[in-house]
Amino acid sequence: MELIQLVIGGIATGCIYGLVALGFVLIYKATEGVNFAQGDMMMLGAFIALGLVNSEYGALPFVPGVILAAVIMGGVGYGVDRLVVRQIFGQPQFALVILTIAMGFVFRFVAGSIWGFTPLVLETPFAGNTLHIGGIIIGYEDLTTIIVTALLTLSLWAFFQFTKLGLAAQAASQNQMAAYIVGVPVHRVNSIIWALSGAVSTIAGVLYASKGAIDPNIGLLGMKAFAAAVIGGFGSLPGALLGGILIGVVEPVAARYLPGGFSQMSPYIIMLVVLVTRPNGLFAQIYAKKV
Amino acid sequence: MSLLEVEDLAVHFGGVKAVDGVSFRVEEGEVFSIIGPNGAGKSTIFNLISRFYKPTRGKIMFDGRDITPMSAHEIAPLGIARTFQNIELFDHSTVLDNLLMGRHTHRGTNWIQDMLFLPKVRREEREHRRVVEEVIEFLELEAYREKLIAGLPYGVRKVVEIGRALSIGPKMILLDEPASGLSVEESQEVAFWVEDMRRDMGLTVLMVEHDMKLVTQVSDRVLAVANGQPLAMGSPSEVQSDPQVMAAYLGTEVDA
Amino acid sequence: MKVIFKTSYDNDIDLHEDWWDRGKMIALVAVMAVLPFVLGEYYLAEITNTLIWSLAGMGLMLLVGHTGQASLGHAAFLAIGAYTDAALMNIGVPWIVAFPLAGIAAGIFGAIVAIPAVRMSGIYLAIATLALFVIVEELIIVAEPITGGVGGIFAPSINIFGIDFDRYASLNNFYWLCLGVVVLVTWLYANLMRSSTGRSFLAVRDSEVSARALGINVTRTRSLAFGLSCAMTGLAGALMGHYITFFNYELFSIFISINLLLVVTIGGLGFIQGAFFGAILITAVPQLISILRDSMMSNLGIDLSMPGLDTLIFSGILIGFIIYEPTGLYGRWLKIRVWFELFPLARRDMFRRQKTYLKTERMK
Repeated sequence: MELIQLVIGGIATGCIYGLVALGFVLIYKATEGVNFAQGDMMMLGAFIALGLVNSEYGALPFVPGVILAAVIMGGVGYGVDRLVVRQIFGQPQFALVILTIAMGFVFRFVAGSIWGFTPLVLETPFAGNTLHIGGIIIGYEDLTTIIVTALLTLSLWAFFQFTKLGLAAQAASQNQMAAYIVGVPVHRVNSIIWALSGAVSTIAGVLYASKGAIDPNIGLLGMKAFAAAVIGGFGSLPGALLGGILIGVVEPVAARYLPGGFSQMSPYIIMLVVLVTRPNGLFAQIYAKKV
Repeated sequence: MSLLEVEDLAVHFGGVKAVDGVSFRVEEGEVFSIIGPNGAGKSTIFNLISRFYKPTRGKIMFDGRDITPMSAHEIAPLGIARTFQNIELFDHSTVLDNLLMGRHTHRGTNWIQDMLFLPKVRREEREHRRVVEEVIEFLELEAYREKLIAGLPYGVRKVVEIGRALSIGPKMILLDEPASGLSVEESQEVAFWVEDMRRDMGLTVLMVEHDMKLVTQVSDRVLAVANGQPLAMGSPSEVQSDPQVMAAYLGTEVDA
Repeated sequence: MKVIFKTSYDNDIDLHEDWWDRGKMIALVAVMAVLPFVLGEYYLAEITNTLIWSLAGMGLMLLVGHTGQASLGHAAFLAIGAYTDAALMNIGVPWIVAFPLAGIAAGIFGAIVAIPAVRMSGIYLAIATLALFVIVEELIIVAEPITGGVGGIFAPSINIFGIDFDRYASLNNFYWLCLGVVVLVTWLYANLMRSSTGRSFLAVRDSEVSARALGINVTRTRSLAFGLSCAMTGLAGALMGHYITFFNYELFSIFISINLLLVVTIGGLGFIQGAFFGAILITAVPQLISILRDSMMSNLGIDLSMPGLDTLIFSGILIGFIIYEPTGLYGRWLKIRVWFELFPLARRDMFRRQKTYLKTERMK
């Protein structure tokens, strides 16, 4: 019974990892770059939502506030790509890694100077409510997290599979030059994907904030999300989500049943094992490079 | 015994049969060309010989040894050098360093000796340099010796690729479209070099090329492939007049 | 513009093209050697710190700049070096033995880790090293009997054949010791890069496919580079331990890894000199910031003591360099030098970057 309780909580946490991982995967699928500031974008999104919704700041109703926050973060994502990332278009991947790490620090500084470094709590309509099924207690926030995540993943998957923009983004990621020649507006597609990724991480941030207090350093959670994305195979949206859930479940279980320290290490150990044994992730898409 | 023996070679990527049942033999000192329309599997055959791809079926023998189970980096020490269709040079190094990298298979020092730069290392460096200078002279690259690859014109890069392959001091050289993208004069130069490689250096040349003029001029024998399957083999003129080959190039079926 | 008339292959094989260049290097080392007689203790300590950072920077430079492998977890190897050295000295091993062992331990650990890691391309390696860093950090906390756990560990003062090299009591000696180590490692590194081992590193960096076609065992080359890189970083870690004297796992935070990346990228990727340029910047900027902060406070009454300002400034510098000067400080320096040598003939678009398009790294 205790195990089931742990697993359910783990799934909800894992969904958040999964959502941040989705942000990575979105950008990776479209631009083949990895955004190391994803965790910090989640943090910033959560704070913007907090700034709009909490009674001492914007005092907007919850749902419009969150949507507005997602839109703002979409704008931030778009702007980051348009103004910063595009400048290094064509440079090696490594340049983007360092660039986004640096941007993460900038985000952290911005959030810290506006909202301070003491933990704050986002006011949510579902805080404190619980559902009792058998002997198991499920928080409303956990339930919301799971449902929202499922819906979001499904719609993103549909976006890449069926919409023109999604297909264009996939084409751009395979070969930018070729995509450009056949008329895909590579630059604009990249910016839109960054915007989308910003919006998704805001949702993740809000869901995270609904489970506890937030401070500008929660962006470090991005590292776990990263592990999730790798475990799922970097190019796969459902994979990222499943990877996140796996980590989310393993963490509390390891903390309960294994000696100290293992819980913190577990996401990374799983990730390294996956990297070594199945470098393309558990849900890989296989690519062969033409020489 | 032939220098290179390819027997019933096949590689399938998923359902695509990129190469399917190709066999040929290349004699020592021969210039052997593979021709065929785009996507016929010519470069794939090269990648199979240099072990970048793992064949689904078949066997490759070089100098009496089965090289099919070997790894890519074990091929060069046997004396097989290659160039790449889309130029794969070390862009941030000079022409000289690129050629020196070709001497890797001849190194006799390990990293500890290199780090201490023992007299033996210096002796080897001088020897590598001497060999590389011969290649530079042969290909007339003197003017570009200290230039970075990144700033060189396309034609020169193609030549540097050939130079790097020659620096290995190979028995056989695989040239993957050495004349593609070159001007008429430049491809004429390539033709002379291929002749010289055979005559003066005693090299065996295996070439993939589209330029039929070059192929006819230098090749002893030609293999035509289409859709991964061999069409015809023989002297350049024989192959060119083969009805199947003509059909493959024109894209029409031969009337029975 | 200086043109050298080369008369022997040795002109190219030697580290310096002619006696003028060699003389400049000797002069630089000589100036560095007499600094303790000129500078006060504060600045000498700062320069010692810069030397240690240069050493760590060279470690990462070998990996990132010369073999093209990213590591986001190099702080882990600094930590391994520091803890190995301190722990060995605490059980009575003399420094002269403990120090090389610290480098070897970090190197071997790095090479072992590298064997699976180097099969990964670019981004995956970066992630794997990040994960490794977290794991090492946790292991340090867990391995309390050796590492002192959260409490930390004391690095005993160095004593070689009766001569004292304590960081505080005899700073001059400690400085010379660091200088000696840095000069030695730089020499070994430069030798490596002018030999076939160094060329194989560059080959692997620029075109893996070609490297294989030339007979270079890519996996082995990368592991070797990884091991050597970690060994250098481990040595730097050992010295850093002595410099700080008492430390715990927090000294080797993720920020140290990032700062190291800063050293190599801002310094100039692919140049040994870049590690030094970067190290100077990374150690000087915090000093400048604190001077600025003090003067703003006392003269204008503006309080700049907000947390994270240092990292913000570093991040800004980093973003600026990546966008406008990817070749780093050293690259900029080279351009300025060429400009002066050619004056007034240098053209504006001489150093224009070539447009490159992304080649997919998705393979295997």
